[in-house]
Amino acid sequence: MQRVKEKAIELLRSGEVSRVLGWKTGEFFYDLTPAVFESVEEVEKGFVFSLFSGANLSKYLIAESKKEGKIAVFLKPCDSFSFVQLQKEHRIKRENIYAVGIQCDGMCDGESLRSAGCEGMTGVEDGESLTVHTLYGDQVIEKKEALLGKCQTCKSKRIVDFDELIGQQGEDVPSDRFAEVAKLEAMTPEERFAFWRTELSRCIRCNACRNVCPACSCEKCVFDNPVSGVQNKAVADSFEENMFHIIRAFHVTARCTDCGECSRVCPQNIPLHLLNRKFIKDINELYGDYQAGADFDSRPPLMDFRMDDPEPSVIYTRGGAAK
Amino acid sequence: MQVNKEWTPTIVAFCCNWCSYAGADLSGTNRLQYPANVKIIRIPCSCRLNPMFILRAFQRGADGVILCGCHPGDCHYTTGNYYARRRMTLLFSMLEYLGIERERTRVEWVSAAEGAKFAATMNDFVKTVTALGENKRLEDLRCKE
Ligand code: SF4
Ligand code: SF4
Ligand code: SF4
Repeated sequence: MQRVKEKAIELLRSGEVSRVLGWKTGEFFYDLTPAVFESVEEVEKGFVFSLFSGANLSKYLIAESKKEGKIAVFLKPCDSFSFVQLQKEHRIKRENIYAVGIQCDGMCDGESLRSAGCEGMTGVEDGESLTVHTLYGDQVIEKKEALLGKCQTCKSKRIVDFDELIGQQGEDVPSDRFAEVAKLEAMTPEERFAFWRTELSRCIRCNACRNVCPACSCEKCVFDNPVSGVQNKAVADSFEENMFHIIRAFHVTARCTDCGECSRVCPQNIPLHLLNRKFIKDINELYGDYQAGADFDSRPPLMDFRMDDPEPSVIYTRGGAAK
Repeated sequence: MQVNKEWTPTIVAFCCNWCSYAGADLSGTNRLQYPANVKIIRIPCSCRLNPMFILRAFQRGADGVILCGCHPGDCHYTTGNYYARRRMTLLFSMLEYLGIERERTRVEWVSAAEGAKFAATMNDFVKTVTALGENKRLEDLRCKE
């Protein structure tokens, strides 16, 4: 893990890049935030790569890669999918970026450690299992149990695009990420409606899910339009909640790499990945397997068609509870 | 407010200018009947239908929304309806996933020559939505009187 920080220093010192995009210490050891470092001193003082570097940095490149000079960025496998997707959409200037891929064995955050049973945490040692230092003594927990949601269903350890690699290149791994979607599909419409009401009514429209999402990067967003009636949380009813989540998920359809950031940042723990994965699952089933950001030349399914695509009426008969 | 009047659904029909809109015209000139609660909105191509429009229609009081466009292969702009077909399939599937009745949305291909099909489609759709009753799951209380 130290090698990542050393690499950042090395790149700045050699003049290869003028800035580094990485993670910075926060209030607690577990709340790292994305940050841009402009000097070796800054890196020495604040740069951290640890078990808590879960944040996907690729979205920041949209703004950062358009500035003067080259910037280095560190990408975990899942981040590299977003990185490639953004290149495909011509949103970032690749020539201004030095991409360092990092092998990843899964990330945690304060919350995931807490839900694994740790309180009053003061530090953690990574390894096969995690040794968590707390005010009440050390605790050893299985790493598997403390992983972020997105890491528990990690789809690939492959770093799609990079200039340099720290650690080993990995490959796609089996993941049961659609299991929860399938479970919902098997419910009756009434149950599903009730499920989503419980989830979506907690939304406070902080917009964190939109702001963190690498695919949600329009310069003008429909949800900022004050005459739309859906630009903030409506006190009166549920429509705004449904509208926001349906349309947000739709706008990233076939561009969402399933990086898991939206669910990770939601302060209300709304399982937003269940919406994105529904679209991904549908696309896979109706139009053939597709993974956004997995390569440079496949055609995005919504910018493509086949003459013999199924008619929209398939949804009357297919999957789910047809009751 | 009329209290005693029997409830009838409000249907919004988005019709492509080049086919279904003309099809609706034809069914009119042929004096074919379809319910007056179908409100037609003309769009330049079925592909113009932004998913937002559909949700908006429900928000403003629609009980059912139907999109009518040229038959696949006959699009005035060659391929617009093929893209629309994928989008609507995914959108409808998402609505259904959220527990919103799947029968409230529909896509039908109606050419300019199919006046009879237009009327029949509308009659059938109105019947389906009437059976479902009022749209409650995608309504906006702020838009109600
Ligand atoms: S989703 Fe996979 S690649 Fe991404 S942080 Fe988690 S384990 Fe690492
Ligand atoms: S992050 Fe969560 S609470 Fe905030 S707008 Fe998104 S879904 Fe709503
Ligand atoms: S919708 Fe969520 S999972 Fe998909 S790209 Fe955006 S943040 Fe990542």
